[in-house]
Amino acid sequence: MRSLAAGLRLPTNALDYTILILYFAVVLGVGFAARRSVKTSLDFFLSGRSLPAWVTGLAFVAANLGALEILGMAANGAQYGVYTVHWYWVGAIPAMVFLGLVMMPFYYGSKVRSVPEFLLHRYGPSSHLLSSIIFSVASVLIAGVNLYAMAIVVEALLGWPQWVAIVVAGLFVLAYITLGGLSSAIYNEVLQFFVILAALIPLTIVGLKRVGGFGGLKDSLEASHGPNFTSAWGGTGIGSDNPLGANWLTIVLGLGFCLSFGYWTTNFAEVQRALSAKNLSAAQRTPLIAAFPKMFIPLIVVVPGLIALVLAPGIGSTKSGLQYNDAIPLLMSELLPNGVLGVAVTGLLAAFMAGMAANVSSFNTVFTNDIWRAYIRRGRADEYYLLTGRVVTAIGVVAGMGTAFIASSFSNIMNYLQTLFSFFNVPLFCVFIIGMFWRRATAPAGFWGLLSGTVAAMINYFWLYKAGVISIPSDQGANFVSAIVAFVVGGVVMVAITPFTRPKPERSLAGLVYGTTAPGLAEPAAPGDEAWYRRPALLGWSAIVLAALCYIPFSL
Amino acid sequence: MSDEYEYRHEVEELEGRSATAARLFDVRRIIGGLFVIYGIIVTIAGVTASEADLRKAEDININLWTGVCMLVLGLLFLLWMKLRPLPAPHPAPEQGPARPGDDASEGP
Repeated sequence: MRSLAAGLRLPTNALDYTILILYFAVVLGVGFAARRSVKTSLDFFLSGRSLPAWVTGLAFVAANLGALEILGMAANGAQYGVYTVHWYWVGAIPAMVFLGLVMMPFYYGSKVRSVPEFLLHRYGPSSHLLSSIIFSVASVLIAGVNLYAMAIVVEALLGWPQWVAIVVAGLFVLAYITLGGLSSAIYNEVLQFFVILAALIPLTIVGLKRVGGFGGLKDSLEASHGPNFTSAWGGTGIGSDNPLGANWLTIVLGLGFCLSFGYWTTNFAEVQRALSAKNLSAAQRTPLIAAFPKMFIPLIVVVPGLIALVLAPGIGSTKSGLQYNDAIPLLMSELLPNGVLGVAVTGLLAAFMAGMAANVSSFNTVFTNDIWRAYIRRGRADEYYLLTGRVVTAIGVVAGMGTAFIASSFSNIMNYLQTLFSFFNVPLFCVFIIGMFWRRATAPAGFWGLLSGTVAAMINYFWLYKAGVISIPSDQGANFVSAIVAFVVGGVVMVAITPFTRPKPERSLAGLVYGTTAPGLAEPAAPGDEAWYRRPALLGWSAIVLAALCYIPFSL
Repeated sequence: MSDEYEYRHEVEELEGRSATAARLFDVRRIIGGLFVIYGIIVTIAGVTASEADLRKAEDININLWTGVCMLVLGLLFLLWMKLRPLPAPHPAPEQGPARPGDDASEGP
């Protein structure tokens, strides 16, 4: 993300800053208040597995609704049009429902404290260590991306120097997570979710009025970009040319299955929110509850991108000086008076911090439990690991500030992020899902599958795509293909290696593989959980049906 | 290998000693409180809106509307907290299979 256009400086005043400072004070206060509840490492890393479903569900969607998502999806809306909805309706909802209905009984029931820990018990130490290291590196890289992107935006909108923004935001996140652990992070995420809504809903409403409502928006866009721009599937036949550089097959398989399932079902920054729930029913309902707001977020994220395109038709072209990433900042400066503007700035900053906090809180958990405690300093008292978690948090934040400068070399951060996901999330998902459904899969197969999938995705991207050996029309299209390659290669390697290696004893797989249950751990249902609105299957299938229905207005 | 089951007992034991359920404050209080304050601030900005502000926002007094909605949301959270308070913390449970879902109604 290069610097935003100079003309985007926001007309903020004391009222806006009051709103912002109030938010920062509350966030810090939450950290201090949550500290009282942290007595064990389980409290620090997983909130003692005690949180109610509505809290974990909103945290689940908020952890994903970072500012990169907001700015990036609006940018995608301006660049690709209505195709962007695929990232939500086929590219998120099915995976979230799958996580809740199918995978959560294994995750939560097995009482693992992280995704890599699941691999430890399903496969063995080699897969565990490899995935932990990969995840730790990826988390610090992504936290840095959040920080740097925030610094750029803050510099353009508010005039703060980049280093000030990085240090201030970094220190706030460091403070509240070190104090209150995951509970702090989750509470602030839930708060941030509502502030973001309070910021984006007015923005969208005023913007729609400016362009003449949905009808006016559609007419303007079809006039300038053709009818496919406002349709979800138009122009996605195999071989057709479209700005996304993908066709319906790579959208459904690459985005809808590999990338999407890879992110939502195995990305520990998300799964951690579900693991902190108070019982299995709450854990299952976490991604399902999250699916409903997620489904409607395109209304306040993608639509502003489309509106920005109508208000500034040259956006994204070099002569206008406006990048696609400038879509939402542009609307903020054009449409919002002081007051709501302050809420919007607060929401954006809050979203950046929450995105970074989600990565830092999952990083400190994996590093402390899966690397430090498992392999470097074993067998100490719980208090030692609690302290280690706090130290690791500080190191993670500082490292994130460092990797912020790596991110600066990429011009489209959303593409960079999706590339990272195709390298890091998809191979893990492949190894996970095969291990969960195929008892015979062996420990060496898990390790080599993970390694080969990761390497294959990198080869596809750097060698085949970048060097032009195969032609894919766009970066995003290449990410979808890398994801498919990672999955297929990982799977093939696993299937090839398994017959030549020793399987794990059946007993040790109890509760880790589909068709088994963990011994002696059947939880009685909590009172009130049989209520119809707490049935996971009902919630899950309603979400899927509703998401499919959402496509209808854009497919006729 | 018995240590594959030991981690489960370790987690159960940590659940027993955990303080989150007992001592973590109710997040609804924070959301409710903050949104009431924000609602008041932004509503006042809306009531004292200038002509320029209104023209910018397409003649919608967006500060007024947003402020009132935030105020209502904040009050709803505080009301919800009043009507369905968090259950009082339990004393530390005895040893045995952990039953973290024991407390009565919370939010949906």
